[in-house]
Amino acid sequence: MTALVVPTGLRTRIDRQLVAASAFVLFGLIDIVGFGLYAKHGDAQFAFSQEFAKVTVPNLGLPAAATAYVCGAISIAAGLLRVFVPVGAVVRRVSIGVVLFAFVLALLCWADVGQSSPLSVINLLQGTLEASIPLILGALAGCLCERSGVINIAIEGQLLLGAFAAAIAASFFGALWLGLVVGSLAGALLAALLAVFAIRYLVDQVVLGVVLNVFAAGLTGFLYDRALVPYQNTLNSPSTYLPVKIPLLGDIPIIGPVLFDSTVFLYITYVLLILVQVGLFSTRWGLRVRAVGEHPMAADTVGIRVLGTRYGSVLLGGLVAGIGGAYLTIGSAGNFSPNISSGMGYIALAALIFGRWTPLGALAAALLFGFTTELQSVLSTINVPIPSDILLMAPYVATIIAVAGLVGRVRAPAADGKPYIVS
Amino acid sequence: MSETPEAAGPLVPAVPTSSPAAGRVLPPDAAEASPAGPGDGRERPRLGRLLIESIVEGNSIVVTILAIVVAIVVGGLLIAFTDPVVLHVWGSFFAEPGTAIATAWDSAFGAYNAMFQGSIFNPHTVAAIFQQKSLGVAFSDGTVSQVFNPISETAVNATPLILAGLAVALAFRAGLFNIGAQSQFIGGALVCTYLGFGVSLPPVIHTVVCVLGAFVGGAVIGWLTGLLKATTGAHEVIVTIMLNYVLADFLSWILGTSAMQRPGRSDLISPLIASDAHLPLLLGSHLRVNAGFLLALACAVGVWWLLTRSTVGFEFRSVGANASASRSAGMSVSRTWILVMLISGGLAGLAASTVIQGTDFTLTFQSYGTYGIDAITVALLGRARPLGVVLAALLFGALHAGGIAMQASTSTPETITTVIQSLVVLFVAAPPLIRGLFRMHKATGRDAGQSLAKGWNG
Repeated sequence: MTALVVPTGLRTRIDRQLVAASAFVLFGLIDIVGFGLYAKHGDAQFAFSQEFAKVTVPNLGLPAAATAYVCGAISIAAGLLRVFVPVGAVVRRVSIGVVLFAFVLALLCWADVGQSSPLSVINLLQGTLEASIPLILGALAGCLCERSGVINIAIEGQLLLGAFAAAIAASFFGALWLGLVVGSLAGALLAALLAVFAIRYLVDQVVLGVVLNVFAAGLTGFLYDRALVPYQNTLNSPSTYLPVKIPLLGDIPIIGPVLFDSTVFLYITYVLLILVQVGLFSTRWGLRVRAVGEHPMAADTVGIRVLGTRYGSVLLGGLVAGIGGAYLTIGSAGNFSPNISSGMGYIALAALIFGRWTPLGALAAALLFGFTTELQSVLSTINVPIPSDILLMAPYVATIIAVAGLVGRVRAPAADGKPYIVS
Repeated sequence: MSETPEAAGPLVPAVPTSSPAAGRVLPPDAAEASPAGPGDGRERPRLGRLLIESIVEGNSIVVTILAIVVAIVVGGLLIAFTDPVVLHVWGSFFAEPGTAIATAWDSAFGAYNAMFQGSIFNPHTVAAIFQQKSLGVAFSDGTVSQVFNPISETAVNATPLILAGLAVALAFRAGLFNIGAQSQFIGGALVCTYLGFGVSLPPVIHTVVCVLGAFVGGAVIGWLTGLLKATTGAHEVIVTIMLNYVLADFLSWILGTSAMQRPGRSDLISPLIASDAHLPLLLGSHLRVNAGFLLALACAVGVWWLLTRSTVGFEFRSVGANASASRSAGMSVSRTWILVMLISGGLAGLAASTVIQGTDFTLTFQSYGTYGIDAITVALLGRARPLGVVLAALLFGALHAGGIAMQASTSTPETITTVIQSLVVLFVAAPPLIRGLFRMHKATGRDAGQSLAKGWNG
């Protein structure tokens, strides 16, 4: 960085602050004008327990218009604070959360007033977690891969191949756990291609990822037409995992049904999330992976096998993404259809970058995407006068705003995407 | 960061003249490379060495051609060994190995032959001419046109690929990875279609206005990406991916509103554009090839001129090679990024114009197809050079046209073309693999430094 670069950097920082602040104020104005002034008279009802629950929590009623005004005021205040008062990173992140929460609350109040049955918060949160599973697993795969210095745009392809293989294996052998294993291995297979071409043949990794996605889409599409359509019954009709309620924990009001009453995939996700977070940041192995991703030459000097570590991380990532893919077929849809991953791999990639290449950050981002997806489907069932296509746009617009303004300049692992060549 | 314009310069654009070869030469390998012929493994390197000694040592043209060959062989194997008939015969391989190999060969050859007939030349069409009463009748009822139909279809399929491929290639040269050709295509398509049915203008002017509108529509979307990158540092890969979804959702929304939906229809389709706005057909009413193809070629020349002969183009390449050095040299990197994305988006918008005004005449919620991703593969195969892009687009255009014909006449699904397409690009991107496969010895530093896209920190 020379002195010449500084002016641009400074300008960028000011611009970004203004973008963030104006986004906050914009959200606030939408809260007030959109949801407050146009709110129907009455209370919005929110339900916090399911039918037949052992312990029930009373419903919550909020006056729609008043709630929207309060939410809007909070958002605008946060925006103004952002412009005039220099704040630290923690406050910045909290303020993003507050503004988003206020927006969603105002939106829900506005949408829910006058509905015959209260809006089930439990279902909304359950759906959020379900929608987030492939995103979280995809982002974890990306995290493992990129922390070791290999850019992974092929998450989409790994999900797709995992979904495809899981459906076939589970259907053919009639055993779901085999589907899970084979799906995971299929993800690793594509990861192996990624690793060999990126590490051994030094192919540009961004390009490589996109090409592998096309390859996975083409291959699964072709085999679907060729084999799965004619042999639908033997090859593409797996059963799906059923929810398993964890005893005791599953009975806790609100938290229980959301967190501890789901398919095995959610529990696998918990475990993998913890393993990756702890593994990367608290173990010797993780330190090595990160060293290889930040400064491979230094790592090599102290005796870490750079290429071996990279192969290992990329393959591990593939296994994780393959499970995420398996979820799409044997965890939720029940059969494979072409392009079933429908861009989730790219969203997972965005979540990874959004979450600054950390498992927990990626988790937060993935939950946000999952929530907007779920919100869209909930709102479309209660006949909100917003077209569902516009709602579908929301997570993507949010990502652009976030990447452009809210998150600030993210920094990838220093050697991410750079092949290591011993000269 | 590693390459300089000089390093990238001498690379001759790939010349995939072999698109006709698709049906002809390759299936032998497909059958031979099967487990039945283990002796071939030893034959090949010697052939490879001869090839190398006669031509220069494994340069990019040779690598590209070999990559296409390998991809087609792998594709052939995939076609043969997913064919139920072949699998059935191979079940009793040891009883009749000859029949088994012959069946596999027939399956792959049949598919590629159908592809060839759908994209280059179909002998049956010539035979049909002689069945007409006279040559005059043959001309008037379109039998003669039928002979050129495969080539015409190849050109029609290649046209949007050339333009979208140029869009991605131009961005590559400035160090930007434009995954958003899809969103820019939609932006162009929206403006183009609206002008096509919404306003009435005299014939030629209407066509030109719609084409320009498509350019502007795409350019606005591209400009937005460049602007965000230049002012806030948002990575263009993320922004363009997100814009793809935003625009696709926007498209399916607006096609359902009274502004764009065809009256009387409940599905998502726009009104037909006025016939005044159509791009003129080039070879008579029986063939679909239209002025869009010439427009695409003209744009290729334009991009070539821009990149190699203009100051602006020099700045593009310079920023692409080394942004901080360019900044130190007094160039405005931000301005370059914005301008590149604007032109790039405009080119992708023009691709939409050739589809809407050239062949479809209407806009649906999936008009954008897979042009966005195909454009990337075209740009990569063409090594981000205008001539390379044109040739790569013709190859993939032929694959598409042939794939549709193949699906119609054989049991092989058209999706195999996507597999072949991705394999070609994969192998082209990995020269060391191809060299290793054919036992070529040439390791220059260029293989490693041939980076087109920048990583996250780049």
